[in-house]
Amino acid sequence: MTLLEVSGLRVTYRTEDGPVLAAKDVSFSLGRGEILALVGESGCGKTATAMAIPRLLDDTRATIGGSVLLDGVELTALSERRMRDVRGKDISVVFQEPMTSLNPAFTVGRQIGEVLRQHTGLTRRQVRERVVELLDLVGVPDARRRAGSYPHELSGGMRQRVMIATAVACDPKVLIADEPTTALDVTIQAGVLDVIRDLREQLGTAVILITHDLGVVAEVADRVVVMYSGRHVEHSPTAAVFDRPQHPYTIGLLDALPARAALRGGRRRLTEIPGLVPSPATDPDACQFAPRCPRATAECTAARPALTGADGGDGHLVACYHPGPRRDA
Amino acid sequence: MNNAALENGPSAAADPGAAAPEPVPQWRRTLRRLLRRRMAVAGAVLVLLFLLLALVGPLVTGSQTRLGLTHLLAGPSGAHPLGTDDLGRDVLARITGGARVSLLAGVVSTALALVVGVPLGLAAGYYRGWADSVLMRLTDLVLSFPYLVFAVGMAAILGPSLRNVIIALAVAEVPSVVRIVRGETLVLRSQDFVEAAVADGARDAAVMWREILPNMTNTLIVKATVAIPAGILGEAALSFLGLGVQPPQASWGVMLTSAQQFLSQDPLLAVFPGVAIALTTLGFNLLGDGLRDVLDPRELL
Amino acid sequence: MIRYLLRRAGTAVVTLFLASIAVFLGVRALPGDPATVLAGESPTPEAVAAIRQQFGLDQPLPVQYLHYVTQALEGNLGSSTQDKAPVTHILAERLPVTLELTVLAMVVGIAVGMLAGIVAAVRRGTALDYAANAFGLFGLSIPHFWLGLLGIVVFSVHWHVLPASGFVGFADDPAGNLERMVMPVLVLGTGLAAVIMRQTRSSLLGQLSADYVRTARSKGMSGLGQLGHALRNSLTTVTTVVGLQLAGLISGAVITEQIFVIPGFGKLIVDGVSSRNYPVIQGAVLVTVTGYVLVNLLVDVAYAYLDPRLRTAGAPE
Repeated sequence: MTLLEVSGLRVTYRTEDGPVLAAKDVSFSLGRGEILALVGESGCGKTATAMAIPRLLDDTRATIGGSVLLDGVELTALSERRMRDVRGKDISVVFQEPMTSLNPAFTVGRQIGEVLRQHTGLTRRQVRERVVELLDLVGVPDARRRAGSYPHELSGGMRQRVMIATAVACDPKVLIADEPTTALDVTIQAGVLDVIRDLREQLGTAVILITHDLGVVAEVADRVVVMYSGRHVEHSPTAAVFDRPQHPYTIGLLDALPARAALRGGRRRLTEIPGLVPSPATDPDACQFAPRCPRATAECTAARPALTGADGGDGHLVACYHPGPRRDA
Repeated sequence: MNNAALENGPSAAADPGAAAPEPVPQWRRTLRRLLRRRMAVAGAVLVLLFLLLALVGPLVTGSQTRLGLTHLLAGPSGAHPLGTDDLGRDVLARITGGARVSLLAGVVSTALALVVGVPLGLAAGYYRGWADSVLMRLTDLVLSFPYLVFAVGMAAILGPSLRNVIIALAVAEVPSVVRIVRGETLVLRSQDFVEAAVADGARDAAVMWREILPNMTNTLIVKATVAIPAGILGEAALSFLGLGVQPPQASWGVMLTSAQQFLSQDPLLAVFPGVAIALTTLGFNLLGDGLRDVLDPRELL
Repeated sequence: MIRYLLRRAGTAVVTLFLASIAVFLGVRALPGDPATVLAGESPTPEAVAAIRQQFGLDQPLPVQYLHYVTQALEGNLGSSTQDKAPVTHILAERLPVTLELTVLAMVVGIAVGMLAGIVAAVRRGTALDYAANAFGLFGLSIPHFWLGLLGIVVFSVHWHVLPASGFVGFADDPAGNLERMVMPVLVLGTGLAAVIMRQTRSSLLGQLSADYVRTARSKGMSGLGQLGHALRNSLTTVTTVVGLQLAGLISGAVITEQIFVIPGFGKLIVDGVSSRNYPVIQGAVLVTVTGYVLVNLLVDVAYAYLDPRLRTAGAPE
């Protein structure tokens, strides 16, 4: 059952050097309790796409086109006033930087309580109790005391848990997690991912997980959208992406993954994708990956490939003229 | 990988197609960026205007002290574009002479403060130790006096004259220069290029002069654009209080003091020197704001 | 936090000690011999010597200093050379005047400056922002004494709505006191408001683009709620600026009192310098510096209170 339906989403930034298309014609849907991963390199538009959903982009700099339906409600058409009721209640966000995403001047308890006071009619005392429950839920030890701590007194992992507690406080339908583990130590990353997975189990929250780390994807995501230069180039269930990657870019990403390279054949080198990510300012009618693609032909630069069903059905989509699994030399 | 930085500011994304920028000297790039700011240009024009007034004005406008007993407190006329004062002296000529005094006080006191403060700050930040501690207590001491109270005291001890006003203002300004330079030196001293120079066996003085000092020129330029108008206002204030430039020499502060006695007869007399002070300091402030944006030094104070 | 404040207090005490020496030496370095001044019109060498002995001026400087400090700590700052009145009485009489002027100017400056700064930052790039910026630049560039003179020309000479100068105690005539204080307070407050406006604006602009404000927005908070988050973090900057500006405020008070003929500390010091009334200068400057150092200490306390990172500094992580 579809909870969130994103179709034809376009994000345009106004810059001094003219408009920049950060997301171009992105479409995907999200079911209840589903975890969807948005994957790609820096600058591929995954954060712009995700932030456009709760309309958190600076509207003096960015314009959003296309449609975002949440439970049948068109979010792009809501007034800012109505949108405020959606943010934090129906859709909430966990940001990448737990160090700077919490206000250094307020206790974490107050910052979690704020979202409750915003969207619920709970009394002061009830808010306080609920904050302690939430901190417990996300695995913060000694929650009652920690509620009175300031962000600088907590470690990065604890701060990210506080961010998650804030995000799930009002039992949202969709949780958007933007690189939630990137800024954390490797040893702490697993714990935070576990929290996100548990919340899905316990609360049935659907999650959009933004990451460049395919290891994270393999661990928690149900489905994957691979983005390149503002477009989604491959879209499939997680298992299919790992077993039968279709787009050469996805294959390149997988080859850059250490664990997988080791798995695939002992001493094989980690490969990196040659070339640079193209400027998002340009949007030629061609495959944007062609300049870096080993399979590129004249066809690829003549017209943009459409997103079409790949072999095997099961909703596996790919935008490539020469799709298919690895052709090892 | 810093995704957020790239995605939130796509203009920062590298354009592989763009040609590598021509190697343009740093100061010319800075100048070009400064010239794009209208306010900074307006400030520079004001400053240049008063500089010109101070340098060549007195040659054109004639005597600023010649008395004209036939027309006292006269309004603007052909012969006296800004009128005459209570002793019949030409106001324009006195404004022009005042420009020389004001700029001299602002620029020379700032230059003195830099000449004294920069080496002290460099040494304090480079060597640390007890000399640094003593120096810091001394700056605390001077900074514990409000600027003007300190300058009034200094001027009273030294006696009223333009030279002594400049000395008083310079001494009042030294501590903040020392602090800024010391702070920058502390940061720069631990940078790789400085440690490399030290490892190469460069003499301490050479390290400070060639490696550390050039890296704080931006900060010092911005500091100067703050200190010069402060010096101009300080000179005007001290002269206004009778502790600075002495009549009959013209200074904008002195002119305002005498204008104060004739506020009801000739209010214009109080207007022109004030406009001159305000425009000069405004010019430096606008220029300083522009430079601060363009040069972006770490410390602003 | 206790340790931090103790350290600040320690520095303040050292600074005050050094300042007392500096003031003591500075006053003795002033040109002219106080004994000659005291001895009257045509002093005989004997009379001057007698006065020297009477005031301990024949003692070595360290002895004189010790004497002065012990007397000062007992509340005796000597007596005026003009009318022989105890300096402490004169200071007690003048202090409320300067306090009224500076405190009112501070209230006006902070209120106007912060409000203008907030409006300018929130409405960035609009006509309101430009107006606030223009006010900030002019307030920074126009000297107090000229603003005062202009005020007198416009409101006293031209419109006759406010008195040009003078002072009456608040207790004697509240309306008259306030009427005479309006112009001096506005003159003194304008410069402060300008600086505070500029700092509030630039600090708030920085905070408004901080990540935690985006977090607040993602929680569904209104623009006002987000502003609250940002403002709370700007307060530390503004507090620091207020502390730094205090020196400027006292400097401005010296000038403002001179223009509007207000019998406060500034006028006392300037008049003392011209009449070589050394005990009075010494006492007035010492009290001014003490007050300034103490208020800066208060600013540090406020700063520690506003910034939780400082408040708990030293506490185990």
